[in-house]
Amino acid sequence: MVTVSKESNQRDGSRAPVITTGVWQWLRSNLFNSVFNSAVTILVCLFLYKIIPPFVEWAFIDSLWFSTADQCRAGQGACWSIIPANLRFIIFGFYPYELHWRPTVAMIILIGLLFYSKNRNHWNRSLGAIWIAGLFIMGILMRGGLFGLTPVESDQWGGLPLTLMLSVFGMVAAYPLGILLALGRRSKMPAIKTICILYIELIRGVPLISLLFMSAVLFPLFLPTGLTVNKIIRAQAAIILFTAAYIAEVVRGGLQAISRGQYEAAESLGLNYVQKMRLVVLPQALKIVIPPTVGILISAFKDTSLVVIIALYDILKTTRSVLGNPSWMGFSPEAYIFLALIYFVCCYAMSNYSRRLEKELHS
Amino acid sequence: MQNGASLNSVLDKRQGISFLNDQKVRAVAYQIAALCTVGFLGYYLFSNTVANLQKQAIATGFGFLGKQASFEIGESLIHYSAADTYIRALLVGVLNTLKVAFVGIVLTVILGTFLGIARLSTNWLVAKLAAVYIEVMQDIPILLQLFFWYSFFYDILPAPREAIEPVAGVFMSNRGFAFAVPEPHLAHACMAAAAVAGCFAAYILHRWARKRQEKTGQVFPVFACSLGIIIGLPFAVWLIAGAPHKMSVPELSGFNFQGGLNVSPEFGALLLGLVLYTAAFVAEIVRAGIQAIGKGQTEAAMAIGLKPGQILNLVILPQALRVIIPPLTSQMLNLTKNSSLAVAIGFPDFVSVASTTINQTGQAIEGISLIMLVYLCFSLLTSLFMNWYNKKMALVER
Amino acid sequence: MSDETLKKGINRSDDNKMIEITGMHKWFGDLHVLDDIHLTVYKGERIVICGPSGSGKSTLIRCINRLEELQKGKIVVDGIELTSNLKNVEKIREEVGMVFQHFNLFPHLSILENLTLGPIWVRKIPKRDAEEMAMMYLKKVHIEDQAKKYPGQLSGGQQQRVAIARSLCMKPKIMLFDEPTSALDPEMVKEVLDVMVNLAEEGMTMIVVSHEMGFAKSVAHRVMFMDFGRIVEENTPQEFFNSPQHDRTKLFLSQILN
Repeated sequence: MVTVSKESNQRDGSRAPVITTGVWQWLRSNLFNSVFNSAVTILVCLFLYKIIPPFVEWAFIDSLWFSTADQCRAGQGACWSIIPANLRFIIFGFYPYELHWRPTVAMIILIGLLFYSKNRNHWNRSLGAIWIAGLFIMGILMRGGLFGLTPVESDQWGGLPLTLMLSVFGMVAAYPLGILLALGRRSKMPAIKTICILYIELIRGVPLISLLFMSAVLFPLFLPTGLTVNKIIRAQAAIILFTAAYIAEVVRGGLQAISRGQYEAAESLGLNYVQKMRLVVLPQALKIVIPPTVGILISAFKDTSLVVIIALYDILKTTRSVLGNPSWMGFSPEAYIFLALIYFVCCYAMSNYSRRLEKELHS
Repeated sequence: MQNGASLNSVLDKRQGISFLNDQKVRAVAYQIAALCTVGFLGYYLFSNTVANLQKQAIATGFGFLGKQASFEIGESLIHYSAADTYIRALLVGVLNTLKVAFVGIVLTVILGTFLGIARLSTNWLVAKLAAVYIEVMQDIPILLQLFFWYSFFYDILPAPREAIEPVAGVFMSNRGFAFAVPEPHLAHACMAAAAVAGCFAAYILHRWARKRQEKTGQVFPVFACSLGIIIGLPFAVWLIAGAPHKMSVPELSGFNFQGGLNVSPEFGALLLGLVLYTAAFVAEIVRAGIQAIGKGQTEAAMAIGLKPGQILNLVILPQALRVIIPPLTSQMLNLTKNSSLAVAIGFPDFVSVASTTINQTGQAIEGISLIMLVYLCFSLLTSLFMNWYNKKMALVER
Repeated sequence: MSDETLKKGINRSDDNKMIEITGMHKWFGDLHVLDDIHLTVYKGERIVICGPSGSGKSTLIRCINRLEELQKGKIVVDGIELTSNLKNVEKIREEVGMVFQHFNLFPHLSILENLTLGPIWVRKIPKRDAEEMAMMYLKKVHIEDQAKKYPGQLSGGQQQRVAIARSLCMKPKIMLFDEPTSALDPEMVKEVLDVMVNLAEEGMTMIVVSHEMGFAKSVAHRVMFMDFGRIVEENTPQEFFNSPQHDRTKLFLSQILN
């Protein structure tokens, strides 16, 4: 039996029997594609209808943006004026008013560094040097005392620069420490392995707040009598110790994912331990775990808000101070929503980047 | 490897290579160096601490636990007054932490699972709303959320006199939530007993139905019947007892509500913040778990002729749970650790009480050690559970 | 059994039709993945479909048990029309067995449990009977000693044989094979093909998507070549391999057979 179909190399033009995607068709296939879904859609729309218009009225229509506190109280809508009226304090804390250009420049440098590092083409040896130089410049700008800049004690640093610095310095310092801990945990030497395991499990088992308490109350006791270290530095140390344990676990996962063949190939070439790790294993392992590492950075950024509890003036504490002011009392929702927006924008940008990076690295 | 190493060292010695290059000697040397460093550091910190404590005349030791606490605690599951000891106060704190953790975990799992499934819904509106919720809640710090809900209670909700009543019997004011609850009645104990009996009966029914299916192949609607029994038996008891329906309704008396179940604004804010925050992470875990089961499994099950409900129960869920449970357990531990932030909004959890204790006695080392010890216990229990679960459920491979 | 005895005459009458596909079209978005497919398969017939990747051959057989939905045309399986009527779909799936390229065994169940899952929950057979039948099929594919093991402990060839046994436990009238040996190491291909030849000897109606030309030559009643969603050529194995009519067929065969 022989059946030979028509010889035709071009599609004979029969179009797909799909109605051109208009709004109606999209609605039908996405919102009303079954009885259950239709009912749910209607319920959800009703719910949104009850919530959104009143919110829009409160937040935008009746709201005041640049008024005084008394005018706000007389009105019914949201008092967004609390933000512009107190913006400098919320963002910069107790930093001297006329010197605000310095933390601003420091933050611009930091954001510039972050954007520069986003591009994977820039990931080479000089990146580390650029970061160190950038952080050094930031430190000098904030601290002053050199190059004719008036010194500003670190207990006056506050607001957004403090939040950014605690997270970024924390992450930068915790990263090498975390790598060492991960390597130590995988070591065959029992003493070193035990020390690392004890450290990692202890730190991961306790809440960050207990470590912050420790930094506020116990670290002064650990230091020789008479030597005082600034509260911010102590809190920074606690954040570094905390983050390092989590980085250690993530890096450990990366080390485990590298096949034994890689280790063996490096050894058979005659590389010693340090060379093996530095040239063969770590470059691969660290690359694999970049996405969860960015996740830790995002968590560190959010966790800096906890320094409120030990009375450090990060951006959350400065906001709460403003709310404690009798004239602006009672407008907490507006202030917190503003803060939430700042955090959301930063964290969303970071997690978006992490997701994109993961896709790129996987393909 | 062992033999190779000793052979090498024998060869080295024969060739006169120095003692210090021997692998084993090196290892011992490194470890001694590490232990010495740690030991020295520890000793240094210790001696500083002793000197400082002496200088500031701070007491040491746990003797303070037996002394009188002299501070009040806002809410407690057990009887407590300022005349009780510190250790009792700390116990109140632990119980409060457990209360928040327990209720929080149950609510989080429910909400998180619902959100995770909603995120995968075929309804675009539902899926998008769930995705927006998950993204937003994950990116705002938990402490900020706690402060927000706390201010919601105190700044937005009105005084008890003008309390909002969204549903009959539920009152929302800046003194917290008040619910109408049934008045305690003897029938309640009997209903609880009936519910337990119902669970037993359902278990027995399940076993009987399974044996029957193995023998004859017929399927019995076990789930529906079990549900009926567990709900029906207590209901029957309730009817027999005369259907007691007297409610303890919160009534405005003075400045607050009396009667009914009262939830303080601190507890309410803490619970709300923790649940809404952690549920976003749980939703992602559930979603990833369901999506981790490859399409091929569903197709193979369909090709055999299994119905969608059967596919979910027999093929997808058993595999998805394996993927979901370990990270879910981590999140539950995170919720417990995050509950320590209660100290910032005035809910008397363990950290909060311990903090007050430290302030009063000045014994910071003992206090912070206690905090760490309690949370390490929680972490240890969680790890043990996870290890046991992973071993039990591990897919058998070569 | 010699090739000739194996391919004894097929009764090509109307009431012996197992699968009848008329005018089937399918699009993935803009891609016309199945273009005007007409195919009739009679009881006991064995068809091998070959073609380059992306030609639509997998999609074709996946439409038969509704793992994919056709958008235009008609499919009738053993007298039951395949529409979105769920009852019809379930009935058809009970009668059509499918073997996948990546086996798709259930990793959390033992081999025996993999086989008895369908009979117990779909055909409602008592457990003891289901297990007896499962052991019989395991013996048939020469793997009865692995019954208590788990899929992760078996080699690729063993897993695929289990997958075939799993489909057979539902006593299907038609068996579909979607590139059953493509994911196997070369030394395991033969053991799976042997099982498939055994099935053929017992008279099972089979549609096999595969590049195993030796199997096609000795077992198939018809060989089809598909390209760009169309059935380009269809013939007996002898004619197909010895005198292909189309240029595309000739090109494909020269690539495969060298």
